[in-house]
Amino acid sequence: MTNGTPLDGNAMAGDLREIFAVDVTAARYVCAGCTHADAVGTLLLWHQSPGLVARCPSCGDVVVTVVRAPDRVFLDLRGSVRLEVPLEGS
Amino acid sequence: MARTAVSGRLTWRAATLAEARWETPTARTLVLDVPDWPGHLPGQHIDVRLTAEDGYRAQRSYSIASAWPHPEGRVELTIQRLDDGEVSPYLTDVVEPGEQIELRGPVGGWFVWRDKQPAPVLLVAGGSGVVPLMAMVRARATASARQPFRLLYSVRTPEDVLYADELRRRVRDDAGLDVHYVYTRKTPDGWPSPPKRIDVAALNTYGWPPDFEPDCYVCGPTTFVETAADILVALGHDPRRIRTERFGGTS
Ligand SMILES: Cc1cc2nc3c(=O)[nH]c(=O)nc-3n(C[C@H](O)[C@H](O)[C@H](O)COP(=O)(O)OP(=O)(O)OC[C@H]3O[C@@H](n4cnc5c(N)ncnc54)[C@H](O)[C@@H]3O)c2cc1C
Ligand SMILES: [Zn+2]
Repeated sequence: MTNGTPLDGNAMAGDLREIFAVDVTAARYVCAGCTHADAVGTLLLWHQSPGLVARCPSCGDVVVTVVRAPDRVFLDLRGSVRLEVPLEGS
Repeated sequence: MARTAVSGRLTWRAATLAEARWETPTARTLVLDVPDWPGHLPGQHIDVRLTAEDGYRAQRSYSIASAWPHPEGRVELTIQRLDDGEVSPYLTDVVEPGEQIELRGPVGGWFVWRDKQPAPVLLVAGGSGVVPLMAMVRARATASARQPFRLLYSVRTPEDVLYADELRRRVRDDAGLDVHYVYTRKTPDGWPSPPKRIDVAALNTYGWPPDFEPDCYVCGPTTFVETAADILVALGHDPRRIRTERFGGTS
């Protein structure tokens, strides 16, 4: 992946779909830092091998991190107070 | 297996390269046979994974270029080769029809266009960022949708235009589709202005006015996407109607 420039949260879709049965990039998060709310796909995604760090585009706080180990995935959602997951089409 | 059905999660699977064609000297479309493909929405992508003999793996995302349904039930990707890249030169220059590629998808439910969205659509592409936007143009035709589409396509030179013939044909045949090019390095002969980067004037002239409340999709290299999205907001477009897909990289 790339260094230096972020991707959209949308680029996490594949990694999240290995964990969740529904698409989480279309879900809405509420940022714990600034209460900004938007689709997970709008987060700014930075790659820090072996993990993904998704930051709030409004305040820059970390909202979601995904870290992979060979046999498991660590998902940290501390930066979001809520995830609202649309079930349509799932 | 029952377990897969219950979890509904996505796993890696093998697709077979059925056919490949060069779109430009540096970009190739891969036509894939993917067993049990569930269909997809325009704008979704897949992840491709390559594994070396020593077990080293590299994973990259590629947008789906084709619309669904597809006449042969296949899935098309278009890959732009980066000369210093790890994965793209393999997909453009090495893999041949008959060989297999490991992938998972379709994924991404946010950067998608649904033919039920009533608003006019503005597509803003930088380089290979045209790929998912082309899927939207194709899906609009497949669904015989009536929403007017405008594509503003920024590209280095006329030789770098992906899908040039098809876009020309669609502008002629698909009512309500406009395409305008911005050339950043070299223009065609007789082009009225010198090469330039996408700017306020181009988005203002060839985009939709903000009060039409268009759905805007912006895709390309990260810096391109940030510039174009900032201009759209400055022109008065509602940020909530602007969806972006950053492909990474600069330029
Ligand atoms: C959701 C999503 C969809 C994508 N869809 C497509 C697609 O349809 N077609 C396509 O060709 N690519 C697409 N990309 C980009 C693709 O995933 C790879 O980043 C690209 O093919 C480069 O990979 P590489 O291994 O060849 O280069 P790398 O080895 O990763 O990088 C080589 C050098 O190129 C730079 N670089 C990396 N990516 C880019 C880029 N996109 N543009 C310019 N410079 C870059 C790096 O900073 C580095 O200096 C998409 C990316 C995302 C996140
Ligand atoms: Zn925030």
